[in-house]
Amino acid sequence: MNNRFDVIVIGGSAGSLLVLTEILDALPHQLAPPVVIVLHRLRNVQSEMGRLLSTRRKIVEPEDKEPVREHCIYLAPQNYHLMVEAERTFMLDYSELVNYSRPSIDVTFSSIAEVYGARTLGILLSGANKDGAEGLCQIMAAGGTGLVQDPRTASFEAMPQAAIDMCPGVIPLGIEDIKKFIIGET
Amino acid sequence: MKEEILNADFLDIINIVRLQYGYDFTGYAQASIKRRLLRFMGHMRLSSVFELKHRLVNDQEFFSRLVQYITVNVTEMFRDPQFYRTLREQVLPKLAAYPNIKIWHAGCSTGEEVFSMAILLQEAGLLSRTKIYATDLNPANLEKAVTGILPLDNMKDFTQNYIQSGGLADFSNYYTARYDNVLIKKELREHIVFFQHNLVTDKVFNEFQLICCRNVFIYFNRELQNSVLQLFYDSLSPRGYLAMGIKETMRFADIHRKFEVVHAQHKIYRRKE
Repeated sequence: MNNRFDVIVIGGSAGSLLVLTEILDALPHQLAPPVVIVLHRLRNVQSEMGRLLSTRRKIVEPEDKEPVREHCIYLAPQNYHLMVEAERTFMLDYSELVNYSRPSIDVTFSSIAEVYGARTLGILLSGANKDGAEGLCQIMAAGGTGLVQDPRTASFEAMPQAAIDMCPGVIPLGIEDIKKFIIGET
Repeated sequence: MKEEILNADFLDIINIVRLQYGYDFTGYAQASIKRRLLRFMGHMRLSSVFELKHRLVNDQEFFSRLVQYITVNVTEMFRDPQFYRTLREQVLPKLAAYPNIKIWHAGCSTGEEVFSMAILLQEAGLLSRTKIYATDLNPANLEKAVTGILPLDNMKDFTQNYIQSGGLADFSNYYTARYDNVLIKKELREHIVFFQHNLVTDKVFNEFQLICCRNVFIYFNRELQNSVLQLFYDSLSPRGYLAMGIKETMRFADIHRKFEVVHAQHKIYRRKE
């Protein structure tokens, strides 16, 4: 089974929904590491995002203090920042927007980098701002691995491009290769 | 912002704040408070954790700014409209049975959710016999809340929230606008008393039929959540209601057995006898 990563964290914004669905549907059921997804979403609008994203896999919006479990897929709830505590439980935070966003990808990525360090796989998809780039750098600075959707294949290139510009060593991949990368880890 | 705060330094900071200023952040969730301390360092252009500690020890004004910065003061009127709808439809009719209603809004920040509650009570015909005790640990928030003044910019979102919560009135009846601000109507505010109360260190001060404490527990670790839930239990009349934030849960706390669930999704509970 997987022996390089203890967590996979995926961030996306404009134009990421379909590619994210594709990735989720390709995830093998035996994949052990928890998958944590942060998407920019509308506030205070009832949302069925969890169901929209995948028909094959159950996606959970974690509650505060919920343990981060293997084999589970989590989605950051709308209007909260999502963090992970040292004892590997979720923590929600309702503070100021970061990069005009709540949830902010940077906030989740950097908190996961601190807890999971080198055993983190971070993936940044299409998006129209640069949220997530700094967080991905922090994952890599902690010894983790950073992938971005190849900007040439992204509906909005700003987000993956910001990560490429900011973090040396980040790996740009097409969606098929991102899927293969994750599956290769199982 | 690549620095991090080492655990030893973090504990030092918490200890200085506790011993010198009497604010106890020991039981706060670390991920959030560490992030906020780093942001505060950036905001104040501090070059090191050492400088932060040094100024904290020597400068009371610096401490006040730190508290203002690291506590979360983000709020909105009718936040989570569906929650307010449930409150309106399922809780207020029950409160109507009491001749006098006492409500505690704990962690009220700058008052937006308290004003929302006052509007609900007004519409249910209950406000005239209700007193709302609204508390926060941050004095700067309370000073703001007492004025009843909010930025006009926000009212568009708040009006949307109000409508989604089932509000049928013209929302602008509840305030008067002037330049860039609005003033919440005095009739709503005169049933509210704002004062400082620290959930960590202060005790029971009255008995309530409803306690509202939303998006406060998320900043506490489990032990502290437990002790604050006990404080709320002790402050509720038998069968009194407790409303938490919609992503907060008491299922990880032992005390949950002493409460029954009124609405699982909107996190409304009721004290058992």
